[in-house]
Parts: sequence; structure tokens; C-alpha cells
Amino acid sequence: MNLKELVTGESGEKQFLLGNEAAVRGVIEAGVSIAATYPGTPSSEIGNVLSVLAKDANIYFEFSTNEKVAMEVAATAAASGLRSFTFMKHVGMNVAADSFMTTAYSGVTGGMVILVADDPSLFSSQNEQDTRNYARIANVPILEPSNCQEVKDMVKYAFDLSEQFGIPVIVRTTTRVSHMRGVVEFGDVNDNSSNNDNHWKRGHFKKDPSKYVPVPAFAGDMHIRLWDKINEIEGISAKSEFNREIDFSDEKSYGLIASSSAYNYAHDVVKFNDLDVNILKLGFSYPFPQDKVVEFIEDLDEVFVVEEVDPIIERDVLAAIGAKNLDVIVHGKLDGTFPLYHEFNSDIVAQGLDKVLNFDEKTAVSYSLGLEELQENIPSRAPVLCAGCPHRAMYYGINLAIEELGLKPEDVIFASDIGCYTLGINPPYNAADYLLSMGSSVGDGCGFSVSTDQKVASFIGDSTFFHSGVSPLINAVHNKHNFVLTVLDNRITAMTGGQPNPGIPVDGMGDEAPEVSIRKLALACGCDYVRVINPFNLEQVVKTYKEAFERNDTAVIISKAPCTLIKGLTKKPPVNFVEGNCNYCDKCVSELACPAISKVDGKITIDKAQCDGCNVCIQVCKYGALEAGR
Amino acid sequence: MDNHYCIYICGVGGQGIIKTSTIIGEAAMNQGLDVVMSEIHGMSQRGGSVSTELKIGGYNSSIIPNQAADMLLSFEPVETIRGLDNVNSETKIVYNTHPIIPSSTDKEYPSVDGITKTLKENFKHVLPIDGTRLAIEAGSVLSLNMVLLGAVTADDKFPLTKESVIEAMKNNLKPKFHEMNLKAIESGYESIKG
Repeated sequence: MNLKELVTGESGEKQFLLGNEAAVRGVIEAGVSIAATYPGTPSSEIGNVLSVLAKDANIYFEFSTNEKVAMEVAATAAASGLRSFTFMKHVGMNVAADSFMTTAYSGVTGGMVILVADDPSLFSSQNEQDTRNYARIANVPILEPSNCQEVKDMVKYAFDLSEQFGIPVIVRTTTRVSHMRGVVEFGDVNDNSSNNDNHWKRGHFKKDPSKYVPVPAFAGDMHIRLWDKINEIEGISAKSEFNREIDFSDEKSYGLIASSSAYNYAHDVVKFNDLDVNILKLGFSYPFPQDKVVEFIEDLDEVFVVEEVDPIIERDVLAAIGAKNLDVIVHGKLDGTFPLYHEFNSDIVAQGLDKVLNFDEKTAVSYSLGLEELQENIPSRAPVLCAGCPHRAMYYGINLAIEELGLKPEDVIFASDIGCYTLGINPPYNAADYLLSMGSSVGDGCGFSVSTDQKVASFIGDSTFFHSGVSPLINAVHNKHNFVLTVLDNRITAMTGGQPNPGIPVDGMGDEAPEVSIRKLALACGCDYVRVINPFNLEQVVKTYKEAFERNDTAVIISKAPCTLIKGLTKKPPVNFVEGNCNYCDKCVSELACPAISKVDGKITIDKAQCDGCNVCIQVCKYGALEAGR
Repeated sequence: MDNHYCIYICGVGGQGIIKTSTIIGEAAMNQGLDVVMSEIHGMSQRGGSVSTELKIGGYNSSIIPNQAADMLLSFEPVETIRGLDNVNSETKIVYNTHPIIPSSTDKEYPSVDGITKTLKENFKHVLPIDGTRLAIEAGSVLSLNMVLLGAVTADDKFPLTKESVIEAMKNNLKPKFHEMNLKAIESGYESIKG
């Protein structure tokens, strides 16, 4: 499919879409004018697609420096009467939360939707937090799509709901929903034509401090208005078509309540095992549709609640049972029927249901010893830093400098951050000892430098530095902290698939944009030692680290070289192996650990397809067995 | 019941696994079948294992339950072993015999003949193909995914026609590669059928 179909596709047309692509179609059908994000998997593809389609779809789109800024861009757009959209991964919501909470109080004029992608089982995240808790903390509605069609439909509906009640609305996906592909039937597109020289529509902000400025005198009333809205919306969620019963049986003994991806597993287990269980699917789960749930469960003996990650609906069901004094047993996470963590699948749901219903007669299959042995002895294929990655050169160089300074590995704490460079945790680099969140490497450097006598080396990427690294760097200088901060400036937001950031001269819609200098920022923060180096020059890397470690202030080293995955880079020819010179010290294989270099049948082999000609290995080899390609 | 068919597709980042799966999914949609697919993004460009799951016919969940795949389609020998949780005694196990040696040094790469021998001792339908060679013969090693796509369509139980798969391929890949891709699809098809 050509992505442009998401803009030009007509009502009734069907496409096989990724959940994240379906979200973009929902945004286009809703007639959104302003969209902003900070990239984060599993939501990243929404931004990648919007970045390409923004101009065709009359949408202003930006990659903001972080999720809080993106939230503020969307909130002000909605306060100005436009439809606005922001989206992020679950932990991005923590960054955005401060402004998000207030947006719930002040409300919106144009529809505002926040799509948050949760990551049960942590495919690419540091935790499994459940965004549905945020709907309850802030008191805003939340929708939970289960498939691609629902992603599209619920995003679109969320804008209508938001606009009707003047309240932001969350759409919560999970990795399995965002990264599911399925058939999506398109609907009508709302008009969002531009009313000015730009490609997007401009709104108008009507001043009203009592609505938009939460000083104590006004914020108290805002909280009352928020509750009025939520109480009214509860009547809507109770009747919503997104909360519907799927009947498989006339029996009224067992029922099941499920949401999001967990619903899919529950549905398939009930359907393909012919279980006498009816299902209530909750797609609009907060405000909790209590009347609907009570109607479903009141005649049941037992009800299962199937949800990922926290037992949120389960607690609401228990509360409803308590409030109405019903006699129904609840099986969920709290009684141990289902796990309290990680994503579900049909097998996990079947095991849980089987504990009560005893239907599963699956017998274990046994295989030959040879197969089991083979399964246990296959090599792992964990993600690694690419051949030609500038981060590898820096990690190799800092470890060499530490050795040459006579320091032991335990004398230096590596405070890492979030990006490809976190892969430095793996041997032989062992370059990640502590990590909290985006930008934490800088604040962690501050803390370790006053709490220990160990040296501290903090590592942060360019995009992450812009996201949350600048303010802690100011803290480091002002409070006289002593550590070495390396900014790994690879000219892209690499881990999430290559989005632009303020350090490069392109914006989220592909237009030219001013380049913000990391070096000047570090100098402006007051750092006395700021060095920009070429990571592929090993001698310079080692010398700079040795200098920086001898200092007693916040030293900043900026490694500036583009990510090898950026398209259109000029690359040097692959390295040649000169067998006669090889001393078989294995340093290139075991200490540099470049995926383009391997040892096959006792001989060093260069994978010419992978080798980028970064030539760091040539500097590592003392025997001249590796030479530059010609 | 509907035409149920579940395919687990696995290999290494960069082999065209997601594109192949999307083509099958789109072909299923065009034939009016229910289809869902699961893919995991993020690590594919960094030499990691990649897998997708495709389920045709009335499923809501896009994840294949344990041992429930009708076909395991693997682009790489060791990845075949990693995907075995999905297979049962009736599953067709189709795999490319050309290894991609990982840079990890934790375990030695096993012999491919040994893998084939062990698989045949345990499963009824073990179908190794030298997909990389067929791809090179078709015009480029990059058409490996098309060879394997052709191999899928050769299974009698596969609910899609070769023609609709070819149609979806044309809709998803550049016209200048169509001729090579058609050749690759045919050779993959013949290697299973023939």
C-alpha cells in the first residue's frame, strides 16, 4: 500500500494496516490540524507516517523536544479551537504528566486526543506501567481499542467526545495493538482545510483566565467542573457501542469481562474451545460503565476479568459488586487466576480459565533428546550495535583510557541513558551500570559524584540530551559536580527508527530548520571543558577521556559522527584482512566485538556486506592484519 | 468453519520478513478473508531475530498459540529452531538452509545438516530449501523473501492462490523488481511442489 492512501482513501475502502497507521487514518478522518510527539516505541510509526503525510493532510506536525512540550503544543491548539493530537509511549506520559494533569482541569475547546502506547512484556521499554491509571489520576476518559479497525474508529470518536465535553481523551493501545496488522475499513473525512497561507488551519484563542489559568482561586472551580463532566460522561460510557456483549452461550453461570489486546485472547479461547461463557468487551473503560457491568454480571455465578497489566477493571468490578451487594465470584489477577505482569496470550488466558472450567485436555508433546539438546545449544542473536556504529568506538576508547589511567572497571560508574547506546551494557563494553529514564544519566552523574569516590562517566544521545539532559547539566555546573558527560551525537534519533531532532537542520515535516548546537549549549550551561571529537579517531578518543578524567568539574565530550543507518551517507570501502600479519590475539573479535568481524574455522573473517569502513578495527590491530579497503 | 491457517515467519533483521508477511496479509484481505498479523519492531535493523505471526480465518488474536502453526516459514536455519514452540506434528516446516552466523560468541553455530536430520527425526513435514541460492539464480540474494513466499503458496492447505499473492506483491514492491520477484516466487513454489 502507498501511505498516501491514508489521506486519499475514500469511505468504504479497505486497507491492511498497522495499528499505528490506522491511528493516523483516524486522525485524518477526525480533521486534526495540529499534531506533536516525541518518538517512542511502540508508538513511533505514527510519527513517521504523519511526518510524511502532514502537508497532504493539512496537519501541522512536529517532533517536539519531549513529550511534555508535545502535550503543551496540543493543549494550546485545542484551547485555540483546533483539533489536536499528541501521542507517546507509556513512559512518555510520565514526562508529559505535569501539563497533562492541568489540561484535564482547564479543558479544551477543540477536540484533543492523547494516544499512549503501553508495552506489556517490555519489548522496548524500562517498565510495564499501565496508562489506564493516568485516566483515573487525571479524571479523563479512556478508550481501549483491541484491533486496527477499533484504533481508527476510537481515535476518531475520541475527538467528538473530547469536543462535546471539553475534556482531553486518552486512547490506550498496547504493543500488540499498535503493531498488529489488520483490515481497516475507512470512514468519512472531516474537512480541515486551511484558512490562511500555511497548509494547516489557524484557530483563535479566546482569553478566559478563570478557565485557563489554574491559580488557586480558579483551580478549585476547575476541579468541580471536571467532576461534572466525568459524571455526565459515565452515562455515555455505560451506553457506548464500544462496551458490548458478545454471546457464545445461553448458560448464565459464567461471564468474562475483557479489554484491549487481552480481549482478543479471551475471545479466541472461548470461541475455539466452545466454552459456555459470554463476554462483555470494554472499549470505553473510564468513566467505568458500572450500570452496564452490573447488568452483565448480576445473574452470573462467576465472572473472569481479563486485562493487561494492572487489575484496574477487576477492582472496579469488585467495587460494583460491593456497592450493589451482588453474589458473584471474581476471577482475575487478584485471586491468582491470571498473572499480575507481562502481556497475555491465548495460552495464558486458557490456563487461567481452565483453573475454574477444567476444559483444556492438551497433552504435552515430547521430542527426541537430540532436539532438546539442539534447542538449548543454539547461539543467541541479541540486538547489537551495528557495524560502523560510532558508539562502539567511544566505548572501546573509554575502556582503553580507563586502563591506561591505571583505573579498574569498578572505579568508574557508567551512568547510561535511553537509546541505542544502552546496548553498551553488553560485554565486552560493560558500559551501563545505572539507568532511570530519559536524561537521567546527567542527574545520576550529579548524584554519584557527591555520593562516592568513584569516577563517573555519563553517556547520553543527542536527542535524549535535548529531551531532558540540558536542565540537569545546568545543575551539574552550578552545584560543582565532578563527572565526564559524553554526548553521543549521531545526528538522528536512532533507536526509534531515525527521526530528526533539534541538532539537525530538518524538522518533522521535512522542512529546513535551525540547527541547535550541543557544544554551544554546554558552553552556555557554564562547562569549562567541552570537546567535540571524531569517535573513529581512537587516539583522540583515548587522549580526550584521559584529560577529562583528570579534571574536577563537569567535563563534556561530544562524539560527533552520523548513525550508520542514515540513508545517503558516503561510506569507505570495507576493511581487508591480511592473513600473514595476524597474530591471532583475537582483540578485534573479543574486545571490539564488531558484528562484521568474526572468527570462522580459526581465521578472522570480514563480512564485506556489513563492514562500513569505519576503520576503528585497523587502529585496534597492532599487527597490521587489518588494512583499509581500496 | 472458516479457512483457518496460521503462519509463523521468522529470520534475521533485514531479510524482508515484515514485507513478506504484509504481502500475504494483503492477499488474504483481497480474497475476502479475515486476517490479522503481529509484528515486533524496534530491533530489526540491529541484527536481532525478527518474527511475525499471520492468522487467516476468524481470529481476533494476532498471536499464534503454542504448537498451533500450520506453517513455520524460516529464513534462517537456527531461527527455525527458535520458532519450534509454534509447531506440532502436522506443521509444515519450511526453511532456508543458508546460515547467518550471529556475532554473539556464547554458543557455536550448529551444523545445518545436523539441524535437518534432527528436525526430520521429530516432525513429519520438514522442507529445507536452498533459498539463498534460488534467490541469487533469480537475480539477487534480496529476492530470498520472494522464494520463500513462493514456497508458502505451494502448500495444499494454504488458503490463498498464488495469483492473489503475486498481485499483492506487485502492489507492494517496485515494478522494476517484478520480473525478478516472479522468477523467485516460481522457483520457491517449484522447490516445494516439484
